[in-house]
Amino acid sequence: VSETRQCFHNLQELRHSASLANKVFIQRDYSEGTTCKFQTKFPIELESRIERTLFEDTVKTLNNFYAEAEKIGGQSYLEGCLACTTAYLIFLCIETRYEKVLKKIANYIQEQNEKIYAPRGLVITDPIERGMRVVSLITIL
Amino acid sequence: MSAVMITRKVRKWEKLPGKNTFCCDGRVMMARQKGVFYLTLFLIVGTCALFFAFECPYLAVHLSPTIPVFAALLFLFVLAMLLRTSFSDPGVLPRALPEEASFIEMEIEAANGNVPAGQRPPPRIRNVEINNQIVKLKYCYTCKIFRPPRASHCSICDNCVDRFDHHCPWVGNCVGKRNYRYFYLFTLSLSLLTIYIFTFNIVHVVMRSVDNGFLNTLKETPGTVLEVLVCFFTLWSVVGLTGFHTYLISLNQTTNEDIKGSWSGKNRVQNPYSHKNMIKNCCEVLCGPTYPSVLDRRGLMQLSPVSEFSANDTDASPCSSSTDSSNSSKTLPSTKRAILCLHKPRPPPIRNNPTSDDLKASITDTAHTSPAHSQAEESSAAKTPPLATPETDAEASVAKSH
Repeated sequence: VSETRQCFHNLQELRHSASLANKVFIQRDYSEGTTCKFQTKFPIELESRIERTLFEDTVKTLNNFYAEAEKIGGQSYLEGCLACTTAYLIFLCIETRYEKVLKKIANYIQEQNEKIYAPRGLVITDPIERGMRVVSLITIL
Repeated sequence: MSAVMITRKVRKWEKLPGKNTFCCDGRVMMARQKGVFYLTLFLIVGTCALFFAFECPYLAVHLSPTIPVFAALLFLFVLAMLLRTSFSDPGVLPRALPEEASFIEMEIEAANGNVPAGQRPPPRIRNVEINNQIVKLKYCYTCKIFRPPRASHCSICDNCVDRFDHHCPWVGNCVGKRNYRYFYLFTLSLSLLTIYIFTFNIVHVVMRSVDNGFLNTLKETPGTVLEVLVCFFTLWSVVGLTGFHTYLISLNQTTNEDIKGSWSGKNRVQNPYSHKNMIKNCCEVLCGPTYPSVLDRRGLMQLSPVSEFSANDTDASPCSSSTDSSNSSKTLPSTKRAILCLHKPRPPPIRNNPTSDDLKASITDTAHTSPAHSQAEESSAAKTPPLATPETDAEASVAKSH
């Protein structure tokens, strides 16, 4: 486990200087509106590198996380109304639901990288680093 | 080589493109022209100050002390909403990094096929289906991205903003996805405050005139005239604006879409974002989730020293010696790569910085090549830490080679 972790950290460093490495970008899926959702279509470039089901699982889980963050329901109304009564000053003290989910997403992506993608010579970047526009997959090998 | 390399850590906001101004070390983000914003602030604070100074003492005594208390709360709320609208990130979309931009370019070229010379290539538009309606996504040449639906490029701030509503000079910022609700609450509360002050000004003048006479009242509280003037003109504009935005929210439209007439007219697409239910639309816009900023203004980044110096430094790079060594006998996997050069980043040679194991293997392999080359390779490899990046390694190599 420590080896893969070291390998993952090395890959993170390389990511910043990977001008030769290939990058694959998974675009947003706007079929349901402006909510954050990524296309689960399997890119051709990854065919030889990773199993389709693993990749689709990752993207579907990410989509579920974002759907949970952006869900408009009882909890979001409560949060919104409560915050409004305090003139939104309460957000200086507590985290919004979206921020909590973003932390979960970051942990999930790191875990996926360590367990599944790094052994296959790939690195997934957190979409928030690209403005939530794309999920980029970098091939190192 | 005599260049002095200093790797500085800067906050990301210092290097953001676009015409925004940042304050408080990246916590505050506004447009460049702030003059009208200061005017707004002055008008609100000034009028309320006059109200508290002239009307409130009389009204608190003769009517009720809750009047100034409620006015104070309303005033604080208006101020909080104004500052929140002005200082927050409206939902700016970061520009595409070079790799993403070139990936998109490749996709566009593949989609266009072969354009005969002299002919203009087709416009860069992507069609997506949203809720069974076809929506066209336009390509932004400045930001090098296909704009998400409802995003638009603000020419004043030079940014693409998600769910772009409009650029408001009164607020000194764009109004977009992240600060629309604060903008709406600002206009709503300001309308209420204006109506409140206007009403109680009239009440105060009437009550006082009964005792003292109209002209005497005006002499005693000269602020009243100013307040009534400001409130009168503000009322028409702000209340009208609030009404307009209430209408937009109930239809889940943006000002930008309304002006362009995106969803109006029989030939055009119907609004795919509306829930067809006014309450639902209002709830989504006003009580929806609070979106995070994707700009990361306060993150730290390394200022790469290679980008600060010209390409004249390329000549004396220690890298050049190692590139000559034979690499035909064994090509190392490019998992580990060290960029030893101090020149501008170009695709580095695949000759890499090996670990100690790989180093032994490569030395035995290249033993038959010139010993000078392998020695240079060994010494330079030994100097640099494994898996160096351009920024950290520049420092290391300068420190160690001079």
